[in-house]
Amino acid sequence: MSYSKPVFKDKYSNFINGKFVPPVGGDYFENTSPVDGSVIAKYPRSQKEDVENAVEAANAAKDAWGNTSAAERARLLNKVADIIEANLEEFAVVETCDNGKPIRETLNADIPLAVDHWRYFAACIRAEEGSATELDQHTLSMNIKEPLGVVGQIIPWNFPLLMLSWKLPPALATGNCVVLKPAEQTPSSATLLMEKIADVFPPGVLNVVHGFGPEAGKPLASSSKIDKVAFTGETTTGQLIMQYASKNLNPVTMELGGKSPNVFFNSVMDEDDAFLDKAIEGAVLFAFNQGEVCTCPSRILVQEDIYDAFMERVVARTKAIVQTSPYDINSMVGAQASNDQYEKIQAYFKIGKEEGAKVLTGGEAAKLEGDLANGYYIQPTILEGHNKMRVFQEEIFGPVVCVTKFKDEAEAIEIANDTMYGLGAGVWTRDAHQLYQIPRAIKAGRVWVNCYHAYPAHAPFGGYKKSGFGRENHLMMMNHYRQTKNMLISYDKNKLGFF
Amino acid sequence: MKRVEITEKAAEIVRQLQAKHGDLIFHQSGGCCDGSAPMIFEKGDMYLDESDILLGEVEGVNFYMNQDQFEYWKHTHLTVNVTEGRGASFSLEIPLGLRFLIHSRLLTEEEASFFNPK
Repeated sequence: MSYSKPVFKDKYSNFINGKFVPPVGGDYFENTSPVDGSVIAKYPRSQKEDVENAVEAANAAKDAWGNTSAAERARLLNKVADIIEANLEEFAVVETCDNGKPIRETLNADIPLAVDHWRYFAACIRAEEGSATELDQHTLSMNIKEPLGVVGQIIPWNFPLLMLSWKLPPALATGNCVVLKPAEQTPSSATLLMEKIADVFPPGVLNVVHGFGPEAGKPLASSSKIDKVAFTGETTTGQLIMQYASKNLNPVTMELGGKSPNVFFNSVMDEDDAFLDKAIEGAVLFAFNQGEVCTCPSRILVQEDIYDAFMERVVARTKAIVQTSPYDINSMVGAQASNDQYEKIQAYFKIGKEEGAKVLTGGEAAKLEGDLANGYYIQPTILEGHNKMRVFQEEIFGPVVCVTKFKDEAEAIEIANDTMYGLGAGVWTRDAHQLYQIPRAIKAGRVWVNCYHAYPAHAPFGGYKKSGFGRENHLMMMNHYRQTKNMLISYDKNKLGFF
Repeated sequence: MKRVEITEKAAEIVRQLQAKHGDLIFHQSGGCCDGSAPMIFEKGDMYLDESDILLGEVEGVNFYMNQDQFEYWKHTHLTVNVTEGRGASFSLEIPLGLRFLIHSRLLTEEEASFFNPK
């Protein structure tokens, strides 16, 4: 079964104060599909004034929205979930067209997970309670959670609707108004969502402004009229956003890059069974979403005594990956999201080869036929080398994995932690002690144990080290969007006696 | 001997950005997501300290890299180039539909002993 490119309008607008409004300056940029290089549509090239209009609308809406009952806010979040679910196929095809990822992933992962995150936070906000403590016989300390007010959110292009759905629900559930800037590579699904849910929230509660980082992202992050910035993206941009926020003493949450180790101990090959098969698939998950995942398991570490036998099977499984039109339900690896990524990955092939890495499979662009000849396809690639190479240290963001071997547990931990990032990691073993101790020793926010690349709601996700901070996908994220109001109440009729 | 150089095409874009924004700096971003790119910012926009290594100057623009990253790059020679395309950072050339990128090669033995004396 195969889908085809969806139909788009010629151009789209920002969504500000409940209405679709063109950019003040009248400029647009052209968005293209990485599947075949064709034009999708024009989107607003917004400037500071557009961002200010959105921030103003959000500020005007924040008091009423902050005082809306949790029951009502949850009802609206659930409504958004229902609307996405009812249009799942349409969202999936748009996402595949704009991002290049295979349709089987948008149908079965991106969009259903996005739906679930809206429902999860609708449930969280209904279920939680504040706290009160009787400090002494006459004194009560009561903690009330209050929204921050207006939140700026800047999201990436690798999972456009899913990243939007990681960010918006906790902010909206807790009573904040939001100005969201989608990535300029993938503005389509956020726009489609605004079309479908235009009437769901009161005007100004949710605003979407398109544009480029220096022109729209910077004014949003540095605005003195917002109360927080949440960002997912690249480390240098993260540093800049933190600086801008620091001028306003605004809190930030950052979900940044990674170079995640996926560690295979020798016990995985004790049996040739379903678990070994799962472990081999676990190694090949580097190619999931074309490797454009901040937690891509882009370093495989294999214990030396099983190295040859294990890698033989990983290479064979990698070679069996089907790379065809992303609209084809059989496609396992799609197009890289942009020409930028496509060229960068190839530059890393050159760097890796120069540094002495050995290509076990792939190592080149993939040439597809017909319309797809203009798309951005890369062969799933395995490079063998050592952890000091640049290809082992830098996030390539492609279907590219670097493999090396280790002697024992100590060396596995040392190599796993020899990186400036700490977002994800994988540990595979049949040894009950290793199952607990190795994940504890790895400095990363998420360690998958005998699995990888699962992102369910209610499992907190976030980074250590230069991968950022904050924990998304979990009810603890709600406190990243709130103040604590402490009311200290005296029930004592008598004065202090000081004056 | 220079550790960082720039192509004429890229230098022209730098001059264009200087005319619009004034003094600039390059910061080679960490290899991550949209990163691994030389980003150009207004001087003073990005907070720099001793953890940012000055690798050289191209077209009157200081070129910096974070110390952590420099450890892995110190054996390479860099050339700043420019190409069409869309980056997703705050780098100033992005709205032009262009993006700077780095071509790197290993230092020659002579360069290596000059830049990284044992």
